[in-house]
Amino acid sequence: MTTLPKSTTRKLGLVIDLDTCVGCHACVISCKEWNTSNYGVPLSDINAYGAEPSGTFLNRVHTYEAKSTGCNAQTVHFPKSCLHCEDAPCVTVCPTGASYKRQEDGIVLVNEDRCIGCSLCAWACPYGAREMDAVAGVMKKCTLCVDRIYNENIPEEDRIPACVRTCPAGARHFGDFADPESEVSILSAARGGIALMPEQDTKPVNRYLPPRPKTDVTDESKIDILAPFLAPIATETGGFLGWLDKALEKI
Amino acid sequence: MHPSASVIIFTSLSGLGFGLMFYLGFGMPEVRGWTAFWFFLIAYGLAVGGLISSTLHLGNPQRAMNAFSQWRSSWLSREGVAAVATLVLTAPYAIGLIFYDLNIAALGWLSGILALITIFTTSKIYNQLKTVPRWNMPLTPVLFLLYALAGGGLMAGQTLVAAMLLLVLTLLQLAAWQMGDKAFANAGHTLETATGLGHLGKMRLLESPHSSPNYLMREMVHVVGRKHALKLRAISVVTLGIFPVAILLFLPFSHTLALVAIASHVIGLFTSRWLFFAEAEHVVGLYYDKR
Ligand code: SF4
Ligand code: SF4
Repeated sequence: MTTLPKSTTRKLGLVIDLDTCVGCHACVISCKEWNTSNYGVPLSDINAYGAEPSGTFLNRVHTYEAKSTGCNAQTVHFPKSCLHCEDAPCVTVCPTGASYKRQEDGIVLVNEDRCIGCSLCAWACPYGAREMDAVAGVMKKCTLCVDRIYNENIPEEDRIPACVRTCPAGARHFGDFADPESEVSILSAARGGIALMPEQDTKPVNRYLPPRPKTDVTDESKIDILAPFLAPIATETGGFLGWLDKALEKI
Repeated sequence: MHPSASVIIFTSLSGLGFGLMFYLGFGMPEVRGWTAFWFFLIAYGLAVGGLISSTLHLGNPQRAMNAFSQWRSSWLSREGVAAVATLVLTAPYAIGLIFYDLNIAALGWLSGILALITIFTTSKIYNQLKTVPRWNMPLTPVLFLLYALAGGGLMAGQTLVAAMLLLVLTLLQLAAWQMGDKAFANAGHTLETATGLGHLGKMRLLESPHSSPNYLMREMVHVVGRKHALKLRAISVVTLGIFPVAILLFLPFSHTLALVAIASHVIGLFTSRWLFFAEAEHVVGLYYDKR
């Protein structure tokens, strides 16, 4: 059914920390690796070794520059995948019932066996989170690694989305936003988690943590916050080190 | 949005076909026998041709039957159901007129109204998308209906009605372009709201996530060809409305001239439909710093 559930028991989603993300694209690659060999058809690549390679990805990292007058420009790496919206427009437009939002955990999925590849859901998504596979002609999107998070055949520490598991910077967090005590809820509340393009009224579940304020480089006294730690502790050295110091000085 | 031929042909032709069916359903003109045959053949040809064209852009057309299932929520599904209902219900009405000299008027009205509903549902497929502010305006369904009624009227030989509708259509099309040009800005979508980082300053794309265009950019970030938009708008209003109206109102009626008027209108219709897609800016373009 492509009508949306009135509410979902849980709201699984991601917190993406834009302060920590280093833009290494490891999440992009591990997502591609996991999802090309698991849920649904493979994520095809077209002309992979040619001049214009193109392929299906469920997660992409954009890099932006933010600049306000009087401040230095700031680089922000911006990973983007399906936000598993509560009011997912991609689901209600689907004519076939292929797209649906799960009542139990809020994950938005595509049943590829029903999908006719009409593209309308990708048109309805404001975030560019859906890509039609050029080979299979069906719609692909982030599954929140539904085939990992409940998978009892893999070690418990792996039962999180591949992107979260792989992120070397720890910039991605997975959890239940319906539970106010969950790690993701607490993180999002503490750091002012952002919903993307709120004026589209999609009520995204995923949240983005804005970069922390930068050190004010115009104030000289604040520049070198590490200097106190580097100051010599003892000025006069004795013992073996003192002898070594003097001996070396004499050479 | 990418102005793909299949959707341009689909919306244009099926609009004309169902527009003509509306008139035929209400007995305008009252036709029988061979005349009725040709009229219904043209109407069915256009409507069905358009619908078949719409399946050409599907990734898996063999599963197209699934698309009739979600009429409770999906406008695309409703469009499919309404189109098939119109085609099926019009058939006995047409058969009565063609072969039995029999006018089942009530059935005609029903199929006429269903034809209108079908055109409305087609327009809603595009109109419902908040992601494309230019389409997400109340004028969109009005225009789709007017295109179908004016073009259908032209083909049904309803000279006066068609001329009036063409005039209204021309004016509203001009208004829609004007309003559409401002729609994106009015909706308030910017790269800053897209990333939620406006408090950091002005944002710009520093590095694209991929080196060559992907599906999203090919499908939704169509920027080529817009530079001729103004010229195409001019060509479109002249051919779709002004020229046919001039022929209909100021020249003595003849079948050849009526054909010229229809041909001109169809050229205008295709041009404006191309613009409808090519000029439509999708909000996802913001993430690529392109529209
Ligand atoms: S991010 Fe896009 S694809 Fe994902 S639920 Fe929201 S609208 Fe649908
Ligand atoms: S592409 Fe597939 S999932 Fe998307 S709207 Fe069409 S049928 Fe539904």
